Amino acid sequence: MEFAPHTDDDVRQMLDALGISSIDELFAPIPAGLRFDRDLDIPIGLSEIEVLRDLAGLAAKNRSADDLICFLGAGAYDHHVPSMVWPLLSRGEFATSYTPYQPEMSQGVLQALFEYQTMVSELTGLEISNASLYDGGSAVAEAVHMATAATGRRAVVVAGCVNPLYLGVLRTVARGPEVEVRETRWGSGGTADLDAVRAAASDASAVIVQHPSFFGTLEDVGALADVAHSGGAKLIVHFDLTSAGLLEAPGALGADVVIAEGQPFGNHLNFGGPYVGVIACRREDARRLPGRLVGETVDREGRRAFVLTLQAREQHIRREKATSNICTNQTLNALGTAIALAWLGPAGLRELGETCLAKARYARDRLVEVAGARPAFDAPFFKEFAIRLSADATRVCERAAADGYLAGLPVSRLLPGRGLDDVLLVAVTERRTHEEIDGLAEAVARACKEEA
Amino acid sequence: MSAPARPRLALAEEALVFERSRPGRRAGRMPVLDVPGAPPDAIPAAMRRRAAPRLPEVSENELVRHFTRLSQRNYGIDTGFYPLGSCSMKYNPKLAEDAAAMAGFRRLHPLQPESQTQGALQLLVELERALCAVTGMAGVTFQPAAGAHGELTGLLIMRAFHERNGQRRHRVIIPDSAHGTNPASVTLAGYSTEEVPSDARGLIDVEALERMVSDDVAGLMITNPNTLGLFEENIERVAAAIHSVGGLLYYDGANLNAILGRSRPGDMGFDIVHMNLHKTFATPHGGGGPGAGPLAVSERLVPFLPGPRPALDEATGRYTWDEGDERSIGRMHSFWGNFGILVRASSYARALGSDGLRHVAERAVLNANYLAHRLRGTYDLAFDAQPMHEFVLSARKQKVRGAKAMDIAKRVLDHGFHAPTVYFPLIVDEAMMIEPTETETVETLDAFADALIAINAEIDSAPELLKTAPHAAPISRPDEARAARDLKPRWYPDDHAVGHESGSAGPADKPTI
Repeated sequence: MEFAPHTDDDVRQMLDALGISSIDELFAPIPAGLRFDRDLDIPIGLSEIEVLRDLAGLAAKNRSADDLICFLGAGAYDHHVPSMVWPLLSRGEFATSYTPYQPEMSQGVLQALFEYQTMVSELTGLEISNASLYDGGSAVAEAVHMATAATGRRAVVVAGCVNPLYLGVLRTVARGPEVEVRETRWGSGGTADLDAVRAAASDASAVIVQHPSFFGTLEDVGALADVAHSGGAKLIVHFDLTSAGLLEAPGALGADVVIAEGQPFGNHLNFGGPYVGVIACRREDARRLPGRLVGETVDREGRRAFVLTLQAREQHIRREKATSNICTNQTLNALGTAIALAWLGPAGLRELGETCLAKARYARDRLVEVAGARPAFDAPFFKEFAIRLSADATRVCERAAADGYLAGLPVSRLLPGRGLDDVLLVAVTERRTHEEIDGLAEAVARACKEEA
Repeated sequence: MSAPARPRLALAEEALVFERSRPGRRAGRMPVLDVPGAPPDAIPAAMRRRAAPRLPEVSENELVRHFTRLSQRNYGIDTGFYPLGSCSMKYNPKLAEDAAAMAGFRRLHPLQPESQTQGALQLLVELERALCAVTGMAGVTFQPAAGAHGELTGLLIMRAFHERNGQRRHRVIIPDSAHGTNPASVTLAGYSTEEVPSDARGLIDVEALERMVSDDVAGLMITNPNTLGLFEENIERVAAAIHSVGGLLYYDGANLNAILGRSRPGDMGFDIVHMNLHKTFATPHGGGGPGAGPLAVSERLVPFLPGPRPALDEATGRYTWDEGDERSIGRMHSFWGNFGILVRASSYARALGSDGLRHVAERAVLNANYLAHRLRGTYDLAFDAQPMHEFVLSARKQKVRGAKAMDIAKRVLDHGFHAPTVYFPLIVDEAMMIEPTETETVETLDAFADALIAINAEIDSAPELLKTAPHAAPISRPDEARAARDLKPRWYPDDHAVGHESGSAGPADKPTI
């Protein structure tokens, strides 16, 4: 199946106009030795019916969060995607548009991004949000680049437990500018050890903390801001935006850069992407911000208009001196985040947080009572918690899957060799019900007994 | 034959969603809580949010209308022709959307065990084979979320390769016609950029390159066809120069559409290739993303790819994640990349197949050559050579008569088309870069050519029309200088309506890609 519209007559007439007689002549600029004149080693084209049949066959080989009851999180969450989001994002005027470099033809996307930036600013407590990054992991790396540029220092301190997947991205990308990544231990609460952070941060560009942490525990952002700032470092907070109706905005507690994974609002699980990387900063750091930024202005008639602005930071203008190399970002996903947040409104966002919190606490209590599990840490948590089982967590998850549950993440998968083989990380979103939680506790109890 | 319809965008201004807000109004609700509520001390008082975030309070009906109206103030491929050079704005097939929306893909969690994700892993392994076939490479990583992300991944692989060989090299060479992402990525990888000039024909000056190379050069990054739309016919000599000093050759896949099934980077001597699936494999641009920028490498570089990588265990027939070994540069994405985009690209590759992909390049090059032929009598071709899938015009003659490339681009909008890319590549005075892609009809190409020819005539007959264009768009030219000077990146509740003073500065002459 092809999408080029040319009839045989079209081709002939166009070749005639060019004064050539064959398609091959169009490729004359390619030296003969470099012309590929075989068939590519892939199957020939299929009809739409066949393609969709084949892909449905592949999709059926997966067991999705529709087939299993999902308590798995660790950076990707089974939150509700409001029904209105994707019909709107699927409108061709949004979905098939290019980057809004021609503002006269792009006011729709530009205004929607301006609204997204405003919502991110409200949730993070920092004035300036960009128009998106790739994902929560690349946002960590970009925030570190900002801190490196601001301080001239080449070390960052990881406070407490930040998602190991994000740290993996940071360690890879840090090799370019040769930034040292210093990890510090977490305490019995599962939160940052302030003394360890203080000791490591005196010559660092930034302290990075995830709030709530990878273990779901709440961090003392205000105290970490004091520790970071007293050593001349910036505080970067990777924030769970779904908690923003309950938890104080990190910017209001002293964070200098707030980053996030925007997936929970309006974006499907998608096996890990496309998601959306969120980043926000203070006004004084605006010129170090990576990526696109929408600003308000007026047109020649004085009407309100939106444009991409401060482009002198970006690669297409600044080239090797740009704040980042990012060009294509995750605009459509950012629009999804804005639409989902508008659907929730302030009351819905608060209820979302309260619902996740209540259900997560109920789930932890049931797992303790029914499955004999022990909380791995004692600090307060939000929607995710780590719990020690009486058996190997990977094996328990396998057995629970047979009962229809994605019980959570065996923590040793991402933190191997740290004595965490019996620790399960459980995420509970607003979609989970009382019955599903009871069922999880029973399935985990059964699995633990069978493993004993 | 009638000319294609000229789309018009909605002119009516749309209030900000915040300005539609009324206290107490709402759309979404949570289910009634079916577990005990959390006690007040579940969150320490000092950590609790004091003032609620000022999200809009709007009904669902009003929200749907708001975003629908915003969409009507936006232009997409589904609206009309997009002759943006270097962007491959081709039709985005709708079957890809159906494929990506299948619950077995869309509702899959990235950390589910391999046993639950066999279909997704198989899709990736099969797409890897297709991309290797197209590029002539040996292995792929799907982690890069976009082209620039692929560039950084490739440069970090380049660096790891040299360091594995005990060499800390410092320089990466790019042509003076390169995309801005190239030098920006070079810096992020810890290298410095050196530019090799183009010669009088718009191709890399090979003799200059041969003088620049040394064992401090880590590699060379280029597109081929280059950003002028011209095939680098000396590419084998370029490759030999780089390889002679132990450097690696990086292929920026921005222009891969020109050579699909007709020539392969691997056969030209490239070691590293990124692809923009949102260009070549027709996944929608989404207003600037998401894309996907998978990176393919030659055999000797496969161990350096980010991990884990999808793999088929031939012995068991099971699909797995291959963690790789200590040579891998490590992870570049939180999970596995923009999987939803990869599903779309997979559906495109399956629909077109070996025969269809080859036709893509043929029709794309035919369309570009035809359109260049229609326009070359009116505008100067930046370089007088047979183009591939795109070509660059210079409005230098028009500038002398009073109309700059930006004026022409803005006037194009009044004719119902998107503007071409302007002021890129940087080495062309008053550049207008045009890439029609394979999915446009000859009628559309003719209508666009007629519009550009008519605009050229207007420079003399109605110069003000160009200076003040566009006239039929939702806004006239915005004051970009003011946007940067008085930065206003968000709405505030006490915002006053923006004043009706006249905007002063027009758009600066800067690249529009």
